[in-house]
Amino acid sequence: MSQRIPVTELTSSFRGRATDALADSQLRTNFRVAMDSLMQKRSDAFPDEDEREGLRELGNQIKARALSRLPDLLEQLEAKLTENGVHVHWAETTEEANRIVHTIIESKQGSQVVKGKSMVSEEMEMNDYLAERDIECLESDMGEYIVQLDGEKPSHIIMPAIHKNRRQVSKLFHNKLGVDETDDVNELIQIGRRTLRKKFLEADVGVSGVNFAIAETGTLLLVENEGNGRMSTTVPPVHVAVTGIEKVVANLRDVVPLLSLLTRSALGQPITTYVNMISGPRKADELDGPEEVHLVLLDNGRSGAFADAQLRQTLNCIRCGACMNHCPVYTRVGGHTYGEVYPGPIGKIVTPHMVGLDHVPDHPSASSLCGACGEVCPVKIPIPELLQRLRQENVKSPEEPPVVKGSGAKYSRKERALWRIWATLNSRPSLYKGLLWAATRFGKLTPGKLGPWTDNHTAPIPARRSLHDLAKAHLNAQTKSGGQP
Amino acid sequence: MSELFYDAAPNATRVAPARPAPRAYPAKPTEVTLFGTCVLDLFFPEAGLDAIRLLEREGIRVHFPQQQSCCGQPAWTSGYADEARDVARSQLTVLDNGLPVVVPSGSCAGMFRQHYREVFAEEPATLKRVEDLASRTFELTEFLLHVCKVEWRDLGQPTQVALHTSCSARREMNTHLHARELLGKLDKVERLDHDHESECCGFGGTFSVRMPEVSGAMVLDKTRALRNSGAVEMVTADGGCLLNINGALDKQKQAFRGRHLASFLWERISGEGAS
Repeated sequence: MSQRIPVTELTSSFRGRATDALADSQLRTNFRVAMDSLMQKRSDAFPDEDEREGLRELGNQIKARALSRLPDLLEQLEAKLTENGVHVHWAETTEEANRIVHTIIESKQGSQVVKGKSMVSEEMEMNDYLAERDIECLESDMGEYIVQLDGEKPSHIIMPAIHKNRRQVSKLFHNKLGVDETDDVNELIQIGRRTLRKKFLEADVGVSGVNFAIAETGTLLLVENEGNGRMSTTVPPVHVAVTGIEKVVANLRDVVPLLSLLTRSALGQPITTYVNMISGPRKADELDGPEEVHLVLLDNGRSGAFADAQLRQTLNCIRCGACMNHCPVYTRVGGHTYGEVYPGPIGKIVTPHMVGLDHVPDHPSASSLCGACGEVCPVKIPIPELLQRLRQENVKSPEEPPVVKGSGAKYSRKERALWRIWATLNSRPSLYKGLLWAATRFGKLTPGKLGPWTDNHTAPIPARRSLHDLAKAHLNAQTKSGGQP
Repeated sequence: MSELFYDAAPNATRVAPARPAPRAYPAKPTEVTLFGTCVLDLFFPEAGLDAIRLLEREGIRVHFPQQQSCCGQPAWTSGYADEARDVARSQLTVLDNGLPVVVPSGSCAGMFRQHYREVFAEEPATLKRVEDLASRTFELTEFLLHVCKVEWRDLGQPTQVALHTSCSARREMNTHLHARELLGKLDKVERLDHDHESECCGFGGTFSVRMPEVSGAMVLDKTRALRNSGAVEMVTADGGCLLNINGALDKQKQAFRGRHLASFLWERISGEGAS
């Protein structure tokens, strides 16, 4: 039922980019090695299976409960943050969020921004937006710094530069920074750090993401391993945090299991090197910290997912990346193949709500539904089930009411008609048996080429007698010979 | 360590529930229904017949309703829910005789056990029958191991096999554990591990034709891993994976092949040559 795609469409489609990625042996080795190591680290971090499964169930329930009270918790969060002296802004679109951030920077006559790692800022394409307005926005996370230096996008939500190995990074630093090439990872990190240290001190504004926004206390929790998050949020005079509305949780107790799930699922760490809990700007008697703190709460399609009970589970996500680490498709094609900010299994279920299914029509199909993602998800998002649901939305006829933005992108009258015929054949025994009769009788006439199937396989030849036929003969013989063998 | 989390979170919803209790298995019945699956029906009918023979050897009378066809999975996973529901409804009727249903394919068994609930989520009246079918459905290896509690004498020559389990079977039905244990009962069969054993073979139904490049890369890796395991052959309890892996091996002009576990088991315990 799948059509061969014309070569001209290849590079702009998932399949086209996947084909390129699959031919890049260096890229494939980089991903395979990295993902194998991450899977092992996660596995080692959860030595007790019962504890792991109990904790995942707990994580799921905490997120489900938080989402069931989402509007209330967001209001509580805003009230508490405002009380703490944090300015809260709401943005429905990425354009609005960018405008808010830009207005804050402008009000300080700022020209330099230093940024801790934030996927929401990637969603906003904040760097480009600010660059167009003559504001330099420098990534301070080492991986983000590397991809920014190379004019790329992150290929993984936790390890943005995981598609590069040390030699490729060394070459990049040599070309862009004029330093000597080196194979020493520590030296490479020091090169990056020396550049960044200066920037922290010069920056007018620091931008960061948020891992958990705690409603009860008005606390923004941020985990990181490099210290760049703490620098970005404490050294510049203004700190702007950007986050999605689904990151709100009820209270600090809820964070304990979620945090443990996050760090163990992501990198196999019992806890990250830094856990920042930001509860407001510098107070009169404090020696450091920003004078001003802002939080931008971004919707960008999340409320669309929220509106559907099944699709709402997408918003459970705590962005650990375990689903991509364990995905046999992601492992082979890498993050850039997905062509969007969020790659891998979570990207396939979250992106349609942000950009519309019609912009990512191949996303739901790019899965064998093997279930590895759902098995490791720390908050038990049933990712395969949601992919199946998105496939339904994808093939909906334009007359049916859309639930997901851009649904019906893969609607085809011909394909629907074929499935109708398939359903009729398989739900009427006489027709099905007629089909079996024909297939077994004319099986030898199976053509040698069967569309894309024969790219990787020989054509399957139906057996000369079906199981229906063999079973009937066998069971009849058993009955005649007295029933039991 | 786990206690720390739960002590820190004392209210009711935060008590970590125990994992679902392992399935309680009934005593060995005298009669069962075999759901042959559409893939075995057309491409590996001998495997279905060997499944019948394995069950009959345990003294069970096997029924094979001639009205059965497909579980509906191809349409369901392709997003054609109405079409899947039509087929599923017809199978619900065919299998409505109260007998245990044994399925020689993990992903089809998983369809009955797990996914019919989603297929009929909007039809409360049908859900009762869905739950009834789910409670009576057993994947073949699970049934042989836990319901029949088979004890076998291995009549074959010493051999080495690699075991591939379908993803849905592994994740929904624990089939890898059942199949391993069954193979363990054959004292002249050595099971060899292969690289990335739990990874998908790349079939995924229509995935293999919608994304042939990615699917092809996956099956290439899988066939390499299987060949490099040192095993004489691969065995699997899932027709879809078998179709994928054997079709790819044939295309690669490799001599190595996979076989349905039912056929392998029957050959070992009956002493008959490959059927």
